[in-house]
Amino acid sequence: MSAVDASLNTDHHRSRRASDAILLGLLASSIILTLLILLVILGVVTARGAGQVSWEFLSQPPREGLTGGGIFPAIVGTAALVLLMTIAAVPLGVATAIYLHEYTPAEGPRLAWSRWVASKGRHGRFALLRRFLSASLAVVVRSAVANLAGVPSIVFGLFGLGFFIQFIGRGLDRMTQPPGEIVWGQGSLIWAALTLALLTLPTVIVATEEALRTVPPDQREASLALGATRWETIRRIVMPASLPGILTGAILGISRGAGEVAPILFTGAAYYLPFLPQRVTDQFMHLGYHVLILSTQSPDVDATEPLLYGTVFVLLILTFLLNLTGVLIRARTRARLAGR
Amino acid sequence: MSWTGRDRIRRVIDGSMSVVFTATGAVAILFIFLIFLFTFKEALPVFTDPEIRKEANLRQFFATAQPAERIDERFVWQPTSDQPKMSLIPLLLGTFKSTFIALLFACPVGVAAALFSSEFASRRLREIVKPTIELLAGIPSVVLGFFALLILASWLQDAFGFTYRLNAYNAGLALGIALLPIVFTISEDGLAAVPRGYREASMALGATRVQTAIKVVLPAAAPAVFAAFVLAFGRAIGETMILLMAGGNAAIASFSLNDPLRTLSATIAAELGEVVFGSAHYSALFFIGTLLFLITFISNSAGNVIIARMRRRMQGEAS
Amino acid sequence: MVILTQRLAEEYMKLNPGRVVQVNGGGSGTGIAALINGTVDLAQASRPMKDEERAAAEKSRGAQIVETPAALDSLAVFVDEANPVKEMTLPQLAGIYTGKVRNWKEVGGTDAPIILYGRENSSGTYDYFKEHVLNKADFSPKVQTLQGTAAIVNAVSRDANGIGYGGIAYDKGVRALALKKDAQSPAIAPSEATVADGTYPLSRKLYFYSLSNAPERVTHFVQWTLTPEAQALVKDVGYFPLSTGTH
Repeated sequence: MSAVDASLNTDHHRSRRASDAILLGLLASSIILTLLILLVILGVVTARGAGQVSWEFLSQPPREGLTGGGIFPAIVGTAALVLLMTIAAVPLGVATAIYLHEYTPAEGPRLAWSRWVASKGRHGRFALLRRFLSASLAVVVRSAVANLAGVPSIVFGLFGLGFFIQFIGRGLDRMTQPPGEIVWGQGSLIWAALTLALLTLPTVIVATEEALRTVPPDQREASLALGATRWETIRRIVMPASLPGILTGAILGISRGAGEVAPILFTGAAYYLPFLPQRVTDQFMHLGYHVLILSTQSPDVDATEPLLYGTVFVLLILTFLLNLTGVLIRARTRARLAGR
Repeated sequence: MSWTGRDRIRRVIDGSMSVVFTATGAVAILFIFLIFLFTFKEALPVFTDPEIRKEANLRQFFATAQPAERIDERFVWQPTSDQPKMSLIPLLLGTFKSTFIALLFACPVGVAAALFSSEFASRRLREIVKPTIELLAGIPSVVLGFFALLILASWLQDAFGFTYRLNAYNAGLALGIALLPIVFTISEDGLAAVPRGYREASMALGATRVQTAIKVVLPAAAPAVFAAFVLAFGRAIGETMILLMAGGNAAIASFSLNDPLRTLSATIAAELGEVVFGSAHYSALFFIGTLLFLITFISNSAGNVIIARMRRRMQGEAS
Repeated sequence: MVILTQRLAEEYMKLNPGRVVQVNGGGSGTGIAALINGTVDLAQASRPMKDEERAAAEKSRGAQIVETPAALDSLAVFVDEANPVKEMTLPQLAGIYTGKVRNWKEVGGTDAPIILYGRENSSGTYDYFKEHVLNKADFSPKVQTLQGTAAIVNAVSRDANGIGYGGIAYDKGVRALALKKDAQSPAIAPSEATVADGTYPLSRKLYFYSLSNAPERVTHFVQWTLTPEAQALVKDVGYFPLSTGTH
């Protein structure tokens, strides 16, 4: 092999190594750049905002035209919104994921179709037809979920306004309120929460499906072999095992919902409320919306700038903690699986 | 085998749960359909209502030009003027400019980072990179908009001496930061899916690791990388808060990246609060929403099809 | 005008525990649209309601519009404190904001491009400026639209070449130009005196709009804003009380 050894030090190889090093450097610098961006954003916000956070800041409402006081109503509003959103999104998302993973055939519609066609004149044809239909429906549902994930957040806001508020809300008002009274037909917690629930649905579905996938098929088959029905298997075996993953999905969805502002611009977020929201038909203040207001409509920029940084800091901490929790749970679940 | 009474109940429950779950699947379909329906419904007057069409119609949106010489005076979006002008051209240009800058930043950086992470990073480094990307993805877009408005814009202006503090570079860069995690994650998935055999064969033939990564693995993952770009594009088109806060909010028909801009999405966000329900302006804004929905629907469908095909191929080869 | 109503609301609620006033921002057009749409009881506007708007409101809410002037305001034109330009004629201002005058040297300043800041088109301030300064001509599309006069002040204070307009109440970090009706007139700076005697060319009223069938809780608040204590707050916030001079 000495010929090979000698050939590794030619000019050609040395220049190749040099250009390799440059390219590698470029690639590595992109990682450094990414890290840097994150650190800079976090750093600046923490440096200028962490100092703002005191018990008073967190527990007092804004005063003197948003130039003083704290962000308590925004925290409460965000929490209430996110709670309602979770109640709406998680059960539906988990159920959809269960449908996609447990109730649809593994093969795609094309294969199911050819199997059905090939079974002409034999037993069990109907079952194969059902499998084809089921597989087709599954494809459409998956496509719908994927497209739901891609809808721009402002379009969700338009939908919230056009469907929930104008169509359902005003319809409810016409049926239940004296003419002219508007209770349901305006921005409120419930409509904003439902709009956000639609937005976070795909996140919950995808995370839950991933969790369901981690349950080994043998466990399902063993359960069915012992006489359990499909639903009983899901209820007693699959769901308990995938609970951490479901939790991850819920938490990631919450984290996303807490930060989105575009969908709530016209479905219930308010500039300043002198009281906390008490009914689902109330408007609410919101951390993200507050950041928008203080950034672009501040009545006195010098006075509100520290408050703005404080609000951003609180919002970031909130979303990061949620995100981190979800990621940690997911990582631990994956590690436990790798260990098996 | 004879079913006892209790078993019959269990069967009934099982059957009904089957129906329930299938129905929930249908809910997703229902809502995507409803979203399109209701957004389009409020935009329909642009096509059907003669009152509305006096001010807001397709010709106004895309073709009408004011009598003027400079391009920024020919195509104007001023819906609340005494003579409402509803050309979408300035908004389309604004969307295009910001998306262009954002992709210009996010695509190379994202792919390069994914390539490094997948081919060269040690496991420990990967354990730092993944959470970094996740955290970056977790930053709400309103925070990115705030950052760009207050901090980034000043840095850029100090560094490059822009005439306008808020311009396409500022908005595009902030948008690019939001796109980075998308490009990275999907590209990395694609790179990881390239079979080990490719790398081993390449290196057995004498290529270095860098050569292998760039000339063998990356091209093999090309569909995934392309899908990443397409999905990032879809996200960029639809993003609202960053553009609303950091773009300058001037609906100018201009090709210059130094000028402030206003995108389709930011226009809806800025103006929907002031419209009277049912007016021409209202319908025009919903028309813009429908347009956004269609553009992102098409591009996201394309991206998802490519990813699905990639996953199927990956599973096929693994078996 | 939102900070005015904000302060009035805070004080009102302090004096009348149990009564609630909720304030939303967004520009005169937003408030008027909300009044027409039925989502608010009271709209604050820095411009008079147009006839079409009154008609639309009467149609949708089934009642007449009640207009209550609440305060006086002057529309100031702001430049950065470091800008050497200290006064300007109204025609020059119109030329700047329609995009015809593009460089500061054309109006006596340094050789630098003029960066335009303005309000979004739902703003009453926008409407007033367009009507009284531009004579209904369109704004240059290069105007960067900002939500709120405070945002304009903020932007201009950071931009040595910037120019903006807005209510005089918000003017930290910028200088308000003295305005001349034309090249021959004297330059008048905005102040309580010049608004009172009408010499400052850009003065206007701020209005509350409600409906003739509004409940007592609405009229109670509106009446209170005309009392001396409330009008003292008007001065506090930086506007001018209604009683200022003869308008």
